[in-house]
Amino acid sequence: MAEEPKPPQSPESPKPESPGAAPAPPAAKPAGAPAAKPAPPAPKSPAPVQVPLDSELTKRYRARFGSAILDALEDRKQPYLVIKAANLAEIARYSRDEEKFDLLEDYTAADWPRREKRFDLVAVLYSFPHNTRLRLKIPVVAQERPSSLVEIWPVANWLEREIFDMFGIEFAGHPDLKRILLPDGWQGHPLRKDYDILQQDSAWVRENLGIESGQ
Amino acid sequence: MRTGAVGDTVQEDAIKNGGTLLGADELVLNMGPQHPSTHGVLRVKLKLDGERVRGAECVIGYLHRGVEKIAESRTYQQFAPYVDRMDYVAAVSNGLGYCEAVEKLLNVEAPPRARVIRTILTELQRIASHLLWLGTHALDIGALTPLFYCMREREEILKIFEKYCGARLTTHAFRIGGLQYEAYDTFEKDVERFCLDFERRIQEYVDLLTGNSIWIGRTRNVGVLNAADCIALGASGPILRASGVKWDLRKAQPYAAYDQYKFEIPVGTNGDTYDRYMVRIEEMRQSRLICLQAIEKIPEGAILGKVGKVLKPQPGEIYHSIEAPKGILGYYVVSDGTTQPYRVRIRPPSFINLQALDKMCRGHLVADVVAIIGTLDIVLGEVDR
Repeated sequence: MAEEPKPPQSPESPKPESPGAAPAPPAAKPAGAPAAKPAPPAPKSPAPVQVPLDSELTKRYRARFGSAILDALEDRKQPYLVIKAANLAEIARYSRDEEKFDLLEDYTAADWPRREKRFDLVAVLYSFPHNTRLRLKIPVVAQERPSSLVEIWPVANWLEREIFDMFGIEFAGHPDLKRILLPDGWQGHPLRKDYDILQQDSAWVRENLGIESGQ
Repeated sequence: MRTGAVGDTVQEDAIKNGGTLLGADELVLNMGPQHPSTHGVLRVKLKLDGERVRGAECVIGYLHRGVEKIAESRTYQQFAPYVDRMDYVAAVSNGLGYCEAVEKLLNVEAPPRARVIRTILTELQRIASHLLWLGTHALDIGALTPLFYCMREREEILKIFEKYCGARLTTHAFRIGGLQYEAYDTFEKDVERFCLDFERRIQEYVDLLTGNSIWIGRTRNVGVLNAADCIALGASGPILRASGVKWDLRKAQPYAAYDQYKFEIPVGTNGDTYDRYMVRIEEMRQSRLICLQAIEKIPEGAILGKVGKVLKPQPGEIYHSIEAPKGILGYYVVSDGTTQPYRVRIRPPSFINLQALDKMCRGHLVADVVAIIGTLDIVLGEVDR
């Protein structure tokens, strides 16, 4: 959009591994992908779509949580906050009670294998009173065990189970954390980038279905 | 086949809650995955006290195809047909959500003509989806006739789809940036004929069911979910509206061409199975009105916006959601600047609505579980993806 303010820094500035910011080039596209390029930013590319955000909302969050808010950005007019995993529960509770984000619309993750904090948890919040959305991004490492949001938004129950199933991130305080879409005995977490598209748990398939994998 | 004995987790649950396995008069009943009323391959473990349900645990994933993983090794255009296979009785709605999400990611807009035709097809799809729901839901509860009536009208809609794009079910009707096909010659006339006739048809369903004392007895106060529970459990669509929340994404954050048309958001009061029935019936009426308004004036012009053949969105991400027939259907798409999405997350309404099953079933009879699964209007292709 034309009215987007000019960003203070160019996309080439050496900050490729900053958590939650503009995606770094892909680490490894699954095999079979047509020669995935690392997508160097073109020298004459239009204004980057992520711009720092400084709205009333982010000011309130920053005033309240200070350094727990790592970043506040806007991507294609959609705001998101990058927050510390340690403060997830209190920020979530504040979002629901004070900022009236009463619906956890979606909760998912993305894998960035080359980052120090490999995963981004992404929570999409919706506020019925204000008719607005806000995304929370929580960079975590696999063993970090971020706190579960089930107590705050019961809908998180199955969503966290799906994240656990697909990415192998465990949530502290989840009432019944187990796989949801894949069978209980399955090995591996398919939505991780190092899980190839043709890969499957062949031992499980052989044992339970009586067929060889890779049909 | 799953590892672990049947009912093990329900038993673990009982232990956690201070019980010793099951109570003396409790038992675990395994419903599905092959059961006609579970609408696909859904398995529900019911903890029963006689005929009373004390808890229900869903076992899902039988239809899991890894749609989100597939997205990461397809181009943006190549992935579009895959979304049709999630909610396969509302493929047009799935396609609309995906195409609009990618358009937002690319910062392009579909031309006005495409948006209006999209709206018409999507509303027809909503009617078709609700018709299939009504027919099967009534059949589950014991009313046979509505199924034939509903299928008869649904057929007319599928014929319009077939004439438009050649496919009836998994239509792939839309393209990123607009439409592939121009509306066929008698498109407006066909839609109009269907809509004019349909008012009378809805009245037939209403005559059969609304005042029917068996229907009322089987649906009133069954599976009550109030507004606060709906929001806490993320239940959306007709389930949320039946609990009295007047909220619809088509009004709250209009997309396609919905801001141009007048329509009402029907709401219920009790949040029970009967209210959800009433809400969906009224939604069909409103969809019909939207279609009639839309065909009156379809703008002239291009049907495909300016998108290249190779789509390379700038690195970044988008979340876009639409009001699908079953509820909020959201797409979270992350681009890394290549031709393939880095991550596509689909927020499936059926999956999230199904989570409310346990709460809705408690205290009811086994036969009511069938009514409650029906009223949730789930499609397992979307639950499992």
